[in-house]
Amino acid sequence: MVTRTERAWDVLGGVLDPEVPALSVRDLGIVRDVIDHGEELEVVLTPTYSGCPATEVIEESVLSALREQGLGPARATLRRAPAWTTDWISQDGKRKLREYGIAPPVIPAEAGTQGVRLFRRKPESVSCPRCGSLATEQSSAFGSTACKSLYRCLACREPFEYFKPL
Amino acid sequence: MQASIQVSARPEVQYLLRIGDTALILGQRLGEWTGHAPVLEEDIALANMALDLIGQCRAVLTHAGALEGAGHDEDQLAFLRDERDYRNVTLVELPRGDFAVTVVRNAMMATFFKLLWQRLAGSRDAELAAIAGKAVKEARYHQQHAADWLVRLAGGTEESRRRIDKAVAQLWIYHAELFADDEVDAHADESGLGPRWSALKEGWFAEMGEIFAEAGLTMPPAVSFLSTGKRGVHSEHMGFILAEMQQLQRAYPGGVW
Repeated sequence: MVTRTERAWDVLGGVLDPEVPALSVRDLGIVRDVIDHGEELEVVLTPTYSGCPATEVIEESVLSALREQGLGPARATLRRAPAWTTDWISQDGKRKLREYGIAPPVIPAEAGTQGVRLFRRKPESVSCPRCGSLATEQSSAFGSTACKSLYRCLACREPFEYFKPL
Repeated sequence: MQASIQVSARPEVQYLLRIGDTALILGQRLGEWTGHAPVLEEDIALANMALDLIGQCRAVLTHAGALEGAGHDEDQLAFLRDERDYRNVTLVELPRGDFAVTVVRNAMMATFFKLLWQRLAGSRDAELAAIAGKAVKEARYHQQHAADWLVRLAGGTEESRRRIDKAVAQLWIYHAELFADDEVDAHADESGLGPRWSALKEGWFAEMGEIFAEAGLTMPPAVSFLSTGKRGVHSEHMGFILAEMQQLQRAYPGGVW
């Protein structure tokens, strides 16, 4: 017997992040819990960045997906602590990111945020999602969204995005 | 025209407004660069940092409204107060200036915010601690980015160095306000809400000193000037920024996205 929460987790595996539509909200690790309150289903979400404009859209798409699958009524609640970290992106999620053309974070978030040094930083060895070369360089610290920076591959010359450790 | 709201003078509410308003006004100033930054990458970076700051502000103002208990939400707090009721430090309301002014101010403010969020992550107030736990990670990237540019411009061309020197001379005197304690700080410290801002001074000088040393700049001497934005007495620039920010909400009361 598949429970309502298990079915909900399955549905959430099909709800895509609006800004990185290669990943589901489950792959991203922002769904922290699904609780069956009998009458109502509660989905606990943790936002990625404080100012992420996708947060409201994600809430809406999560709720409408559950409704469409007959799992409603449902509500979404926000859990801020502990703060979301890129370590919560699943292995499957990291593979999907790479296939989509975005290099996944190469180091654990704690090392990454400690590695936010002011000067003489050792560049992270980010491998090109297209050709796999480690000969890459950062072209911009921020990308099309706060969670990414811009890189270029010196081997195949392709520009690509890198998901920053957070 | 939508009438202004009055906000509680309780110290815990005031402490949160100082943080939220400072993030709000700096975010607004950084947002002004959208479409105007010297290079596309920097346009994107400044917009991203503005977005982080506005996001942090939203969370802090929402929490301030909850603590106040008068039913004020983030939009009412951001858009319906009069100038004297804004609690941001004066430094962030100064015009965005040229790119050097923006870089120097970002280095000063990102360093300050990083140190503040680090301490607030241990706040006795669970919601504030949670907001800070997220924000500190963002502030680290902001500080790194600002420091990179400060070093690059200071060691760049004669023109970039001239502009950095000028920006430092213009902005440095406003740092004192960040660390000027009053009864709001004393209350936050005693209640475990957050640190006295003066407690961040030593760390701030150490990290700014590191950035200045790397950039080959000398820290200007201390002066007695003390700006008063966080007590609600602002510079002549504040009214203009509020007029731009508030126009929509005042003209279309209760309008939401």
